[in-house]
Amino acid sequence: MRSFERLRVMFGAAPQRPQVIAPEVQQVHKLKRMTKADFEALKQHARDHELVNHKWRNRRWVVLIAVNLLFTLSFWLDIQILEGSLTASRFVGFHLIDLNSALQVMLAHKHIIVNLFIGTATVFVLWVVLGGRSFCSWVCPYHLVAEWFEWLHLRLAAKKLVSDHEFHRGTRTVFWVVFSLLAVVTGYTVFETISPTGILSRALIYGPSLALGWVLLLLVFEVVYSRRAWCRYVCPIGLTYGMVGAISPVRVQYRLEHCFHEGDCRKVCLVPHVLDVVIKGRAADLKTPIGPDCTRCGLCVDVCPSGALVFDVKGLNRLL
Amino acid sequence: MNDQKSDDPAAKLAEALPAAVGQATPGAGKRPSAPVRRQANRRRFIRSALMIGGVLGLAMLGYIPVAGAHRARLRPPGALEEADFLSSCIKCGQCVQVCPVAAIKLDDVESGFGLGVPYIDARAQACDFSCDAVQCILACPTGSLTYRKPMSLATRSGMPLARAPLLKAKEKDAEPTLNLAERIGVAHLARPQACLAVQGKGFNGQTRGADFKGRLRYMDVDRWKPVAVREHPYDRDLCNLCVTECPIGDAIRMAETVAADGRKEYRPQVLEQCVGCGVCEMVCPAEPAAIVVEQRAPWRG
Repeated sequence: MRSFERLRVMFGAAPQRPQVIAPEVQQVHKLKRMTKADFEALKQHARDHELVNHKWRNRRWVVLIAVNLLFTLSFWLDIQILEGSLTASRFVGFHLIDLNSALQVMLAHKHIIVNLFIGTATVFVLWVVLGGRSFCSWVCPYHLVAEWFEWLHLRLAAKKLVSDHEFHRGTRTVFWVVFSLLAVVTGYTVFETISPTGILSRALIYGPSLALGWVLLLLVFEVVYSRRAWCRYVCPIGLTYGMVGAISPVRVQYRLEHCFHEGDCRKVCLVPHVLDVVIKGRAADLKTPIGPDCTRCGLCVDVCPSGALVFDVKGLNRLL
Repeated sequence: MNDQKSDDPAAKLAEALPAAVGQATPGAGKRPSAPVRRQANRRRFIRSALMIGGVLGLAMLGYIPVAGAHRARLRPPGALEEADFLSSCIKCGQCVQVCPVAAIKLDDVESGFGLGVPYIDARAQACDFSCDAVQCILACPTGSLTYRKPMSLATRSGMPLARAPLLKAKEKDAEPTLNLAERIGVAHLARPQACLAVQGKGFNGQTRGADFKGRLRYMDVDRWKPVAVREHPYDRDLCNLCVTECPIGDAIRMAETVAADGRKEYRPQVLEQCVGCGVCEMVCPAEPAAIVVEQRAPWRG
C-alpha cells in the first residue's frame, strides 16, 4: 500500500499524510514534542556537530564523468570498451540499450529484433539492481550540467534576481504518455529529437552539433524561470527509470529517530516530494525507504547533519 | 532555496503534530484552500498547460523537414526504407564508430526527426566497403541497417539487387561477395557535358585537388589501409576513374560508340549491380561531379 502511494507521488500526486502510524512511531513523534527553546538547543547541537561533506556528490560526479568519458575515449582512442552513445551501446561486445530510447523505437517501429531485446533486457536488469533513477544522477550528462546551472539559479534566487516557478509534477506523466502515443501514431521517435540526454551524449562522442543550442536554451530556462524544470517536469527517461527503480533494492532510507526535521535535505533535493516523510509528524514507520522517484544522488545524505538519511540495500543485512 | 518555502521547524511543529500524532483520520489534513492558494494553483495549472503545449509544439517542429523529404539523404548500406529507417534508428552512432573510412555522419537539428540519424555525404567521403563485411550493418542494434529485411517491412521494386554484389577487392577470396540484398541508391551521369570521358579527355593529377580529405582503399597500395585520395594521383589518357575505382563488380562500364564521322565516343554506363555507394561521385574530377548517386533511387533498367 505504501509503495503504491510512493508510485502515485512519482506520477504527480501530492504526497498524503499517513493514515496509520505505528504505535512506536507515535511514541517518537510524541517525544519530539518539546518547547521551542528545547528544540532550538537540540538543533544547535546538531549544527555544531555538523559534518559538511560532499562525499556522495564527489563519488557521483566521478562516476558520471568516467562513464561518459569511457564512451568518448572508446571512439576517439579506439579502445572499444563502451561503443555507441547513451541511447544504445556495446560494453565489450554486450548490447546495452537505453530503456526509454528502446521504448520509443519499439513503439514507433513496431518490430523488435533480437539484439534490441537483449540490450533492453540487460539494461533493465542492470538498473533494477542499481536503483532505477540512479541512471539520472549517476550517468545522465544533462543531469550534471543542469546541476551546475542549478547552482547559478540558486545564487541568483538568493539575490532575488530570479525565482522558481513550479509546474504541476503530473506534466511529466502527461509527457510520458503523449510521447509514447506520438511514437505509435507518427512512427517517429519524437522524443529523441528533443532529448538533451541523447543530444549531449552524442555531442560528447561525435563532436558538437547545432542541437546543443536547444540544450543551452533549456539550461537558461532553468536558471531564470524554473529550477531543474526538464528533469522535474518533462523528462520521460526519468519516469521510465523511476518505474524500474520501484522494484530496486538500492535506495535511500530515512531514519526518523535521527531526524531533527530541519528540512535541509528537501532544499537540495531534485525531487523534494519524495522527502515528504521527513516533515515532522509524517513518518509512519521508524525507517522509511524513499520513493522510486528518488535519483539516489545522495545530496540529502551529504547534507543531513544527523545521519537520518543513509544509503541502504534492501536485504543486504540478511545476506551478510 | 527561497526562504518563504523553507520548513521553519517551529511552524511545522505546530501545523503537523496535531494531525499526525495518534490515529490521524483520513482527510483530517485537508483544509479548505484559501483564495490565494486557489489562485496560485490555477496559475500553476495554466503555466503547466502552456509548458506542455510549448515543448510538444517544439518537438513536433521536427516533422517539417521530414514531411516533404526534401532533405533526402544517402543512408548507410543495408538501410531500411526511409520511414522505417527513421522510426527504427536509435541514434547511437555505432555505425559511425565502425566505419574504417568515416563515411557515416550523424544528422543535426535541421533534419528534424532525422536528428542523430546516420547519413553518407558521398561527395565528401563515400562508402568504399573497405570493411569488407559491411560492418555498419553488423553494428546496428535495432535492425535499421540490416542484411536481410524482415518480410513485414516494405520493399520497393528496383531496390533489391539481382545477385549479391561482387566486391572487387575480395575477388580472389573464397567468398567474394558482399552480404547486401538491396541498393541504397543508383549512380547516374547527371552532367554528361561535364564528364571528361564524354569530352574525350584524359585526367592527370590529384582528383579533387590537394586539400581533399576523402580516403579510398587502393588494392595496389594496401588492402587493409585506405589512403587519402590526394596521395594517389592518376594519369589516364581517357578519364575512367568512376569505372576503375568502383568497388563493385559489373556496376559500371565505359561504353564506347563510333560516331557518324568515325570518331570514338565514350560515356560511363551504370549497370544493374550498382549499389549506390557513391565512390564514383567522390572520385569524379569534374566540379561539381558529373556522376552522382541518386539516394534511395531504384534501378529503372
